[in-house]
Amino acid sequence: MNEVKDPYNLIITGVGGQGNVLSSQLIGQTLVNKGFFVTIGETYGASQRGGAVMSHIRISKKKQQSPLIPRNKSDVVVALEPVESLRVLAAYGNPEVVVLVNTRPIYPVDVTAEKEIYPKMEDIKKALDELSGQVYYIDATEKAMQMGSPILSNMIMIGALLELELIPLSTANFIETLAARFDQKGLEVNVSALEEGRKAIQLAGHG
Amino acid sequence: MSIISLNEPDKELLLMGNEAMARGALEAGVSVAAAYPGTPSSEIIASLAEAAEDMGIYVEWSVNEKVALEVAAAASFSGLRAICAMKQNGLNVASDFLLNLNLIGTQAGLLLVVCDDPSSHSSSNEQDSRLFSKMADLPLLEPATFQEAKEMVKWAFTLSESIENVCMMRGVTRISHARGNVILGELPRRKARPYFNKEKQRVTHPVNQKHPLLHESLDRLREIFNGSPFNQYAGPEKAELIIMTCGSGWLYAQEAVELTGLDDMVGILKIGTTWPLPEKLILEYLKRTEKVLFVEEVDPFLEGNVKELAADFMRQIGPKTFFGKKSHHIPFFGEMNSDRVVDALTQIFDMEYTFATPAYEASAKKAEMMVPNRVLGFCPGCPHRASLWSIKSALELDDREGFVTGDIGCYALARNTAGYELSKTSGAMGTGTGLASGFGKLSRFGFSQPIISLCGDSTFFHAALPALTNAHFNNSNFIMVILDNSATAMTGFQPHPGVGINAMGETVLPVEIEGVCQALEAKVEVTDPFDLEGTRQKLLDMLEGPGGAKVLIMRRKCALLRLKEEKPPYRMHIDAELCLGKDCGCNRFCTRTFKCPGLIVDQETGKAKIDEVICVGCGLCAEICPTGAIVREETA
Ligand code: SF4
Ligand code: SF4
Repeated sequence: MNEVKDPYNLIITGVGGQGNVLSSQLIGQTLVNKGFFVTIGETYGASQRGGAVMSHIRISKKKQQSPLIPRNKSDVVVALEPVESLRVLAAYGNPEVVVLVNTRPIYPVDVTAEKEIYPKMEDIKKALDELSGQVYYIDATEKAMQMGSPILSNMIMIGALLELELIPLSTANFIETLAARFDQKGLEVNVSALEEGRKAIQLAGHG
Repeated sequence: MSIISLNEPDKELLLMGNEAMARGALEAGVSVAAAYPGTPSSEIIASLAEAAEDMGIYVEWSVNEKVALEVAAAASFSGLRAICAMKQNGLNVASDFLLNLNLIGTQAGLLLVVCDDPSSHSSSNEQDSRLFSKMADLPLLEPATFQEAKEMVKWAFTLSESIENVCMMRGVTRISHARGNVILGELPRRKARPYFNKEKQRVTHPVNQKHPLLHESLDRLREIFNGSPFNQYAGPEKAELIIMTCGSGWLYAQEAVELTGLDDMVGILKIGTTWPLPEKLILEYLKRTEKVLFVEEVDPFLEGNVKELAADFMRQIGPKTFFGKKSHHIPFFGEMNSDRVVDALTQIFDMEYTFATPAYEASAKKAEMMVPNRVLGFCPGCPHRASLWSIKSALELDDREGFVTGDIGCYALARNTAGYELSKTSGAMGTGTGLASGFGKLSRFGFSQPIISLCGDSTFFHAALPALTNAHFNNSNFIMVILDNSATAMTGFQPHPGVGINAMGETVLPVEIEGVCQALEAKVEVTDPFDLEGTRQKLLDMLEGPGGAKVLIMRRKCALLRLKEEKPPYRMHIDAELCLGKDCGCNRFCTRTFKCPGLIVDQETGKAKIDEVICVGCGLCAEICPTGAIVREETA
């Protein structure tokens, strides 16, 4: 568990509608319960309409941090969509940052209209290697669809993040927050999504 | 139970700035809250609405910001504390009353919160609303943290009562929409009994007596502000440079000083009470340094006011060098962040600071080039896409260079590719109809282009109604399209007079838009935008028909609301045999032109494909494919 770096800077990024705003709130509230100062800066004026949505989550024992992470100062990036990881790293990355990427693309309309090109996965991977310390690829959307709903992909990604023990938060702490938020059925689905994420990281073999 | 009415003093929560302000109002014993929704201010009143029943308060979504302020003032005149919240553009609407209310004065505490949107994340401009407080001679507070947002709101009511006038507060996106730690305080239970004292007329006259009184209260406020704990200094006794900052700038300034390691030389004076300035306090710190850097969002408000003060006291404080927007050390536009402050500090102190190595920068640049743009689009299944599609084809068929005057709301996207770049003008709320009313009178000069104005259902009540009345009164010729999606969708689905429910959750008789238009003797038709054929035909008929203002209501519930209530009606797939793909006569009409994000291209076959993660099964695209390749199956 990271005790040294303060503030610790987490970014959750994705496309409007993928649910990262709720995810960051749940993580944030759990950390506040554990006695941390948490600041979340999120851009969601546009979240309903296919834009890129990014949440900055800043964790500190000392004091309330500003809502925006300074350039190149992210510590871990959770990308719910592949190219969004690159968009974030270009501004906030550094050679040590740990990145978790959901491999399922969401194509911008300008890409389907062939005005822009969506990069090939191998090129994305190459760029990610250059811009980070470590990258984990997770087929979260595929797993979520098997579980019945693509929206669960963000819980799978959080499950993976918690398993890496980068932020000062255990899966058990997080489930307590979920329990206060969801009914029994909702809780069960979300907990099994977390478990999927945990397994995905174990398969990727960290440690 | 709503999170802001939690009766657990000392509990620490992660709250959005807007929720923190709402909680502050509850802790101050507020009774009445009113607003018209507007990002980034909406959650202040929305969270009070959620708490209304628990807390026994009255909350309303008013039809516009001016009415909201009037509703709040009525409560204040009757001895009840009231809060009114709006976004920066909303203050322009409310300002007519505000600049009279300041002379009228108030009784119980009245707080007006205005949330600005630097960088215009979700706004048509990035206006700095603070100038209004100076214009209206009213006190202005600017919270710098989430906890402070709550505490300041509480204090604002006391302040308002001590000067018997409105207290203003300015939030910004990164306070209002950011989240941070907030420790809850006590919730009072007792409420005052309202009573309007008829002995005291609430009018602006006599202005020649009331106006000087306003200035006297500014003097009193300066005194109070000199001792306010919301103004604080941290840093060396004698500083090489002092950063003067307010609002969201404070946290960024602190971080920038830490990042540059300039703690020994640079102090930070945070001003929470930005108008009128706490002059004594500021002069004291001006004496301690020769250099000042101003860090604030949008206009150089603090900067200009402090410089004016320094000019008056030049002899006592000595010469200073000021850095900020005027000196171009801080940009004149866009929101603040700590990088901008780091840039300013490194320039002033002429020091090296590297964000990343050149090699890393090069890789980052390369990656940035690879990343495709994500332009905003309508949601999958959105009724506006269908509406605009019909307007587009009707105008093409009509072929007289007709154009669209747009407005504010989700459908503002009619200006970009998602809305086929149809909308050619956009300004304030209701501007689409007002401009159309003007264009529609130009025929006597030989103007012959047809005009279609857009307006949402909520916008109709807010500001388009006077414009339509104007069009009728002056016999102007155009088609007003009302995109009725049964909600103020853009700002989070607040109800409006046409919906049949209010902020308190009470069922009310909905105001029928068609009835209102008919009363104005406008020709009114209603259509379901998903009936593409029928909608286009109606438009064509109206374009050809006799003159005057004609109204076409395109009515279908917002896709997001629909999804909450019902299952997707269709399961979609592409018949690969029928799809012509790249060879399609329409050159892949569906993905290139129609642009629902649910329709993508199969990279291998070059044919259309449904993205099952995105598609909500609305079935509309099946109607636009010329070969019938997009197939819809009814879901059971
Ligand atoms: S689905 Fe229809 S409109 Fe789209 S490319 Fe195929 S044939 Fe053309
Ligand atoms: S059915 Fe067609 S138009 Fe409707 S959401 Fe799916 S892809 Fe988009």
